[in-house]
Formats: sequence, C-alpha cells, structure tokens
Amino acid sequence: MSGFGNALSSSIGRKYVMGITGIFLILFLIVHAGINSLIFLDDNGLKFNIGAHFMATNWIIRAGEYILFLGLLVHIYQAVNLTIQNRKARPEGYAVYNGSANSKWYSRSMGLLGTLLLIFLVIHLKDFWVVSRFTGIPTVDANGNEDLYAVMKEKFQDPVRVVAYVLLMISLCYHLLHGFASAFQTMGWNHSKYNGMIKRASVWYALIISIVFALMPIAVYTHLID
Amino acid sequence: MSDINSNIPEGELTSKWTKYKSSVPLVNPSNKRTIEVIIVGSGLAGASAAATLAEMGYKVKCFCFQDSPRRAHSIAAQGGINAAKNYQNDGDSVYRLFYDTIKGGDYRAREANVHRLAEVSANIIDQCVAQGVPLAREYGGLLDNRSFGGTQVQRTFYAAGQTGQQLLLGAYSALERQIGMGKVEMYTRHEMLEVVKIDGKARGIIARNLITGEIERHFGHAVVLGTGGYGNVFYLSTNAMGSNVTAAWKAHKQGAYFANPCYTQIHPTCIPVSGDHQSKLTLMSESLRNDGRIWVPKKKDDNRKASEIPEDERDYYLERRYPAFGNLVPRDVASRAAKERCDAGYGVGASKLAVYLDFKANTERYGKIEASKAGNHNPDKETCMRLGTEVIKAKYGNLFDMYAQITGENPYETPMRIYPAVHYTMGGLWVDYNLMTSVPGLYCTGEANFSDHGANRLGASALMQGLADGYFVLPYTIGAYLSKEISVKAISTDHPAFVEAEERAVGILNTLINIKGTKTVDHFHKRLGHIMWEKCGMARNEKGLNEAIQEIRALRHEFWSDVRVPGTADELNTELEKAGRVADFIELGELMCIDALNRNESCGGHFREEYQTEEGEALRDDENFAYVAAWEFKEGVNFELHKEELKFENIKVAQRSYK
Amino acid sequence: MNLTLKVWRQKNNKTKGALVDYKLADISPDMSFLEMFDVLNEQLITKGEEPVVFDHDCREGICGMCSMYINGRPHGPKDLVTTCQLHMRSFKDGDTIVVEPWRAAAFPVVKDLTVDRSAFDRVIAAGGFISVNTGNAQDANNLPIPKMQADAAFEAAACIGCGACVATCKNASAMLFVSAKISQLALLPQGQPERYRRVQSMVAQMDAEGFGNCTNTGACEAECPKGISLENIARMNRDFASAKFISEETI
Repeated sequence: MSGFGNALSSSIGRKYVMGITGIFLILFLIVHAGINSLIFLDDNGLKFNIGAHFMATNWIIRAGEYILFLGLLVHIYQAVNLTIQNRKARPEGYAVYNGSANSKWYSRSMGLLGTLLLIFLVIHLKDFWVVSRFTGIPTVDANGNEDLYAVMKEKFQDPVRVVAYVLLMISLCYHLLHGFASAFQTMGWNHSKYNGMIKRASVWYALIISIVFALMPIAVYTHLID
Repeated sequence: MSDINSNIPEGELTSKWTKYKSSVPLVNPSNKRTIEVIIVGSGLAGASAAATLAEMGYKVKCFCFQDSPRRAHSIAAQGGINAAKNYQNDGDSVYRLFYDTIKGGDYRAREANVHRLAEVSANIIDQCVAQGVPLAREYGGLLDNRSFGGTQVQRTFYAAGQTGQQLLLGAYSALERQIGMGKVEMYTRHEMLEVVKIDGKARGIIARNLITGEIERHFGHAVVLGTGGYGNVFYLSTNAMGSNVTAAWKAHKQGAYFANPCYTQIHPTCIPVSGDHQSKLTLMSESLRNDGRIWVPKKKDDNRKASEIPEDERDYYLERRYPAFGNLVPRDVASRAAKERCDAGYGVGASKLAVYLDFKANTERYGKIEASKAGNHNPDKETCMRLGTEVIKAKYGNLFDMYAQITGENPYETPMRIYPAVHYTMGGLWVDYNLMTSVPGLYCTGEANFSDHGANRLGASALMQGLADGYFVLPYTIGAYLSKEISVKAISTDHPAFVEAEERAVGILNTLINIKGTKTVDHFHKRLGHIMWEKCGMARNEKGLNEAIQEIRALRHEFWSDVRVPGTADELNTELEKAGRVADFIELGELMCIDALNRNESCGGHFREEYQTEEGEALRDDENFAYVAAWEFKEGVNFELHKEELKFENIKVAQRSYK
Repeated sequence: MNLTLKVWRQKNNKTKGALVDYKLADISPDMSFLEMFDVLNEQLITKGEEPVVFDHDCREGICGMCSMYINGRPHGPKDLVTTCQLHMRSFKDGDTIVVEPWRAAAFPVVKDLTVDRSAFDRVIAAGGFISVNTGNAQDANNLPIPKMQADAAFEAAACIGCGACVATCKNASAMLFVSAKISQLALLPQGQPERYRRVQSMVAQMDAEGFGNCTNTGACEAECPKGISLENIARMNRDFASAKFISEETI
C-alpha cells in the first residue's frame, strides 16, 4: 500500500477522514443555515429565492456540491467501517456497563444520531433538492426566480413533517455538540489556552444551527412568516 | 577471620573500580552472540541488566512472575534516588556519598562495593535523563534536588512521589526496546523454581509457566537473580503481594550463601493495621516528619479522641527523648520508640498499635506566617488554621489524600495515626565484588543481594543500588566470568542436571497439591508473620529468638502436613504459587532468627535488647561482629556460618548518637 | 456489611465463563476491595472450592496490575483510584456488586478476572523508548528542559498501564495509553530524534493488536486512575499527521 493509503487506513488516519469530512460538513451547514435564514426577512421569499438560484446555478457551488456529496458519503462509509471495527474490538460485552458515569450519552451514540440524520437527509433531499434539481419548481417569484420558497411553504403545511423536522434537528444538535469539538480533538487542534473556547464554540454552533433550522418549519407552519 | 574470598581488587579505594574496569577480561562481539545469560526479575536491577547485556550483544532471557516487566515492585518507591552530582554546590562528592552510606549502614557494609556505588551514582542520573525519565526540574530547566534523612547535602533526585515508577519505566522501555529487536526473550508470568548446576557452575533454571503450569528448562552460561527483597516473610510489609524469596532461596539451597538475613529495615511512618483482614501496609513518605509532631497520651489506655486530650496530657516522646533531633531521628530510632510506647500501653486507635502524627502545631505556625504576609499581624486561631491548611495541602496534599483514601479519616482535622512497618531487607544472597554468589556463574543484584547497605539503608539509596548494579556494575563484572566460558557450547536441556532439577521442582509442587490439609496458605503465612514480627522484628532478644526458632520449626512441620492447596499444578493456580513461596519464607524465617541470635550486638536494622546503652540506644560490638554473616544451607534445613571480615581502612568507625 | 457478589468465573481462555453469585457477611468497611476478595477466597478454599483468580500486586495503586470492572466501571465507583485503593466504605450494606474482567479482543481472559495485557508491552516494544544504550549519556544538566514541558511529560508518564482506558472505552480503544507514552517522549528534547518514527510504529502496533478506535467520548480520561489527559491523544493525532504527511520518515 502506498504511504498515504497506509496512513489513511490506520486507526488515526480513519479518524482524520472522519474529522476532515466532519469539518467540511460543519462549514456547509453554516452556508446552508445562512441562506435559509433569508426566509426570516419575511419578504415573501424574494431574497431567499435569489440565494437559492445562486446556489443552483453558480458553477463553483455546483462543483462544490459534488465534493459535498462525496464528503458525506465518505463520512458515512468511514463511520460504518469504524463501527464494525469497534464492535470487533470487544467481541464479548459487559453484563453491567455504566457509561453515563464517565461520558455523555450523545458522545457514545454518534452512530445512532448519524443514522437518524441519514434518514432525515433522504426525506429532506426528496423534499427540496430533487425538486429543485430534477423534477423542477413549478412557479416563479416576483423577480422571476424559481420559487423554492413556495415549495417550502407548501411542504411545511404538513404537521407530521414539521414535527419530524424539529425532532431530527434535536438529533442534529447532539450530533454537532459532540462532532464539533471532537473534530478538533481528532485533528490535534488542541491547545490549553484555546480548549475552553473550542468547547464553548461547539455548544453555540450546535445550538444556533439546529435552532435556526428547526425554526423554519415552525415559523412557516405557525405563519410567523408569510 | 574471613573464610570466604570477596575478590576485592587490590589498590587504593578510589581507584579500585577504574583499574578493574580497564583490566577486566572482555568478550569479543562474535562470542557474545553465542553466550546466553538468564536474568530472573525485571525490576530496576533485573531490567537494567537485561537491557544493558542485550545492548552489549549477549543473548538474554528475562523472567518475571508478573504479567509485564513494568509491574516489578521497584515501581512503588516514592522518595528519590541519590547521586553524588553536587548540582546544588553544597560540597557533595563521591567520598561523602560513600561515607554517608557506610555510616548510615552502621559500619556493616563492604567499603569497596559502597565506594563503587557512589562512583557510578552520577552516571545513573545521566543515563535515566537520556532515556526520557521526567525527573523534577527547576524553572531554569535544570534538575532539582531534595534532601533526605541521614545526610547534610541535597543529593536526592526525584519525580514527584513516583521516582521508582519513573526509573523503572525507563529501564522497562530500554528492556522493551531490546525485546522488540529480538535480543531479549521475555518470559512474563513465569516463576523460577530451581537453579540448575552443572559441574559446580550455574547453567540454567527451571521455571514454571504460571498460566499453563508447564515446567520449562532454560539454559544460560550464567544466571543473574534480581529478584528483590524478602520483607514478606513478615506477612505484613510494604512489599507487593507477590514479592518473595523463592528464587534467592532456591539458589541458597544450591550453595549460594545467604548473608545478614536478620537486617530488616522497619519504616516508622506507615498507615497502621486496621484489622485481621489487612493484606499489606502502606508507607507514608518520611518527609511528613518534617512538619508532623509525634505523640501519645500520657495516660495509659486513654480512649478519648485526640482533639479531647489537652496539650499537657500529651507525651511528645521523641522530642522528650531526643531533644537534638526530635521528630527527625533516623528511621530505626523512631520505629523502636513508637513500639516502646505502644508496648507500654500508650498506643492509640482501636488496635492500640499506633501513635499520632499531628500537624496542628505547624499548621497554625504556617497560618500565622501566611497571615502576617498578608498584613494581618494578629490573626485569630481559625484564620491561622485555615491559611495553614493551605500550606500543608501544597506540601503534602497527595499523601494526605492517600491517607484519607485508606483510613476514611480526614487528616486535616484529626491527627494521622502511624505505626512502623517492615519496608526493606538489607540482607540477601552473599556476593563478592563481582556480584557473583558463592556459586560460580550465579550472580545476584539489587535488593536481593546483601552488598551495599550494611545493617541499615539510607533513604533514596535502594533505587541507586538497583540501577548501579544493573546498568554499570554487572555488565562489566560478568564479563570476567563469561570470558572464560566462550568455549562452552549451549548445553542441551536434556542434560541429567536439568532433569534432576526439574524433578526436584515438580516434586515440591506435587507434594503441596497432595497434602490436601485443612488450612489455607495465608493461614500459615499470617502465623509466620506474627512470630517474625513479635520475636524477630523491631527488637529481638535471646529468649524470644530461641522460642521463635522452635515455633517456626513446628510451623514448618504443620505446613507440610496440613496445608490445603486447591486445584492442580497444570493450570493458573495462585494458591500453589503462594504455597511454594510461603514454604521458602518459613525456612528463611528460621535462618533470620538464627542469624539474629548469632549477632550478639545491636546495629542498624538489628536491635538486640540485651545490647543497648543505658539510654536505650543500639550498642555495636565492633570487636567481635564487624563481619558479614554468610550462611550456607545444609541438608535438612540446617545452616553453617561463614564469616567475611569487614575492614574499614578509609573511614573511622564511630558510635551514632542523636541526643 | 453483608454483600452479594456476582463474579465472572472462567476456567481458562478455551472455556466459556459466567457470572456466579456469592454471599459475603461481616465485611468491614475498612477493608480494601481486594481484601474483600481475599476473604471470599479464604471461604471458598475452606469449602473446598477454587478461589477466584484476579491480578494484583503492589496494593498501593502504582503497579497497575489490579484490574476489576466493578458495577460497570473499571476500578469501581471512585475517581482516580485503582481497585486496590478502593475501600468497602464506598459501598452500602446489602449491595449487589458485579465484578467482571476487562473486556477487549486485545485483552483475552486468562482465567476468572485475569486478562492478558501483553499487547501493551508489544506496543511499547514497537517504539515506546529512546534509543540510548547504557553508557552513552551526556551529563544530565547539559540539557535544560523548561519546567512546564518537563512537568507535562511527567504527567503523561504517570500512566501505570492498567488498561482501565481500554476497559471503559465503548470501542476498547487503547489510544489514551499509547498517546501517553508518545506524548511523554514527544515533549522532551531527548525524544525528538525518533519522534516521527515512534508515533508511526507505535500506532501501527496498536492497530495490529486489534484495539478499537477513538471516538472522543472522554470515558478513558474520566476513568484513568492517574488522570491522564485527553490532550495526549490530540498530541498523538497531530504527531501522526506530521509523520505521515509532512515528515519524510517512513517505517
């Protein structure tokens, strides 16, 4: 195996892959949440649709999208891989295991949280991404941009979907709560003077991102924005 | 008067070792590759020797009974390691370290060995630092030193309270490096059960694989024992549960003399026994006596709490008896004084076998200093205690925590209870200047030999000796022997001597299993420990020792007819392991009493009540007892005394006084 | 105190094991956990049964030999202590205590509560040292080391190799143990010449032993009887990346 292949297939190499793709996804979420927040301008989605249009047509973004999907797949693939390996590392479990005595439940449940997120992602992509890329958005807004905002308003009239979105945003929150700081630790970006800052940033990031996302279906459903 | 030859090189004391090193015969590299050395024990002495010999090119096999060489009990040493570096510019020198060690040993150690130890002490520190041992440093980045009992200079290097651990891990990593390169074959969870002698020379060992119970034969051109001390003969000691005398004792039975077995160091500041269930004793660093005052109530059988006993009803007996040194008298003196008070009925705690170590006075004093630093020149008592506690916490926090952990009491509020406990054994297999026992080709290093500490060991000298022997002495001196063995081809382990030795070992194991008696191994061990502690402990007398010898003999017969060892010999059987060790401890116990009875004087770790000054201090008899008592094992657990005369040509022998 | 123990009994590594119940009466709260086992064994032997085999040696918390998984935690309910320093006053009269061996593919059970931790030795043998032969050292004070760095190296070196980190990790990962040694030597100037070689060979050996991966739950740090910090793992990760992607050294 080549030097790099060797490095990436080692335990720490795999962690690196998880960390790097994780950080990439963390950055993506910032962009995603930022553009989506445009709905809160309450301008009937005009700015939001401009953002959506830009994201859908700019070639750099389009190229980035492939990388994003690749990153996501690698993140998932590596997670599955590691989980299998980790199971093998303890073939016989304990009769009594008191994990809560020494670690947070969500740090031990990243696989479960990630799986929930994957299910969410399938629904979410079907709801919006497939519509905007493939099946086409039926209407245009006042600026003549494709009216993704209208699609969203329609989807979030379904209370089941709204509840599901909100619940899944809670699992996103916990996934990020561990994932953010964990990525720094994995990459070795660790410094006694900044560790506290990273921990705090981790909490703020997870809360803001998940709250912003969760507010969208709620706001639409309750007609806080219209 | 000597009838044994210690092979000390001729010449000036200060140049003996240098001359020896440059004239000792060498083994050329290609011959080293075919010479096999067996090392038993992987503590400081064993691991350092195994690593060094492998670096030199010998084929090494190393054995330990633990699951990893890193677990050897050297790891538990807290205080530090001495070296004559004179980094503190306080006038230290090789001679001073030599002098302090001889004097501390109460003039019962061999001058040439101790001088060599002092000479190589500095190299040990260099070697350990180069290995990455994180010794304590000052802000300037240079090594820090602390002072220790029995010296007037600061020459003790340390790594917090874990010096032994760090030094052992250094030696362990050097050993693992050789294992990784295939130059040392490591046998963990193996116990040596016999020494194999061919034509009078040690040529291998019989070892038991403790997991499978398999008996293995191993050949070596030479055998080195670095198997530690035998303090567990007392059952309760600060030694690890597995520490034992078996390897040394088997060697003794094959002709290696056992020297000065009665010299036992009792450490004064240990956590007292809390009940019959007690399995081991824990040491609290000697440094506590710097700020703790030792006392007992003036009234016999006083059952009040310490805090309820008013100042004028307390007896600060060390300060009373030794006004000059007070609470800082040497270990042996402090230990005996505590025993004297408890025997007289003044002991404290539930067992009445403890004295108080009280930090209150000094806490208050420190508090006053802290308050006045902060501008408060008339602080109330509460403020003083609060501020003082912070100072004490900074100095001894980890020790106080450990005490609280074990006893469940808060030592910041109530005084600590302490009592002396067996800590180190100065005696061991007799070795000559080359560290070779009286069996050619059989070497002994570290605490397992008798060589460097005389009748009493100074603090921070055990680590020094273990590493000196393993890194810097044995690797040279063993060459003197091996250079004559280069023509000896590896002997097949089918040789009758191996077969016979294996039969001996297997015979003992089978006997133990088949007794199927009624009492557990621990039962016998506890009884032996009780006899040893009562009659051959801190203070001994002729009557008690004679009784002890009879009792131990009776115990030995009872053991061999009534011990119960469950299970079989072909599996992991910890009771069988213990049984073998206790059997050897029983025989050793008898020899210790015989040796103590023979030595009609008091010196260092050996205090005979008949031989004391009017003030109750140890009274040496240099006229008749300035010798090493080296005992030879004779058929049927009998012992014959050989004497090695000790000559002091470079030191003036004097009486110790701490009044 | 009266207690019910559920202890893992397994004859050897070829047979299956099971939890077996034992009742113990009149246990003193001053006993250590291991002394409580001594009492149990004494009773078992007297009854003609085989005693429970468990690893232990120094009984003062430094050799790292004792290794019991007590009520779902390595070394039991108290922080910063080994099993031998755990005392019965940490339990209540009438408690049921479940005692299991360390569980990891890399730590196979030898018998009862005893496991084989030689994987740790092999990881050290792969590179956990500074290659300096005896007699090659310069004067110790020729190499000043900043106190902060020396202290950090010491803290990493405090590891006793007990394996509690592996036992508690949900992935049976050994990264805390391995990183502690890598860190100790990486922090010291003496360790620099082999720094990037060491991290590669030790990690390779760790992987070969079949330990799991680190998912940064922090359980190891919380359960470590010597308080070894997670920062060591970050340092190892950093050094590993430097070794693999920046340094030209390969193994």
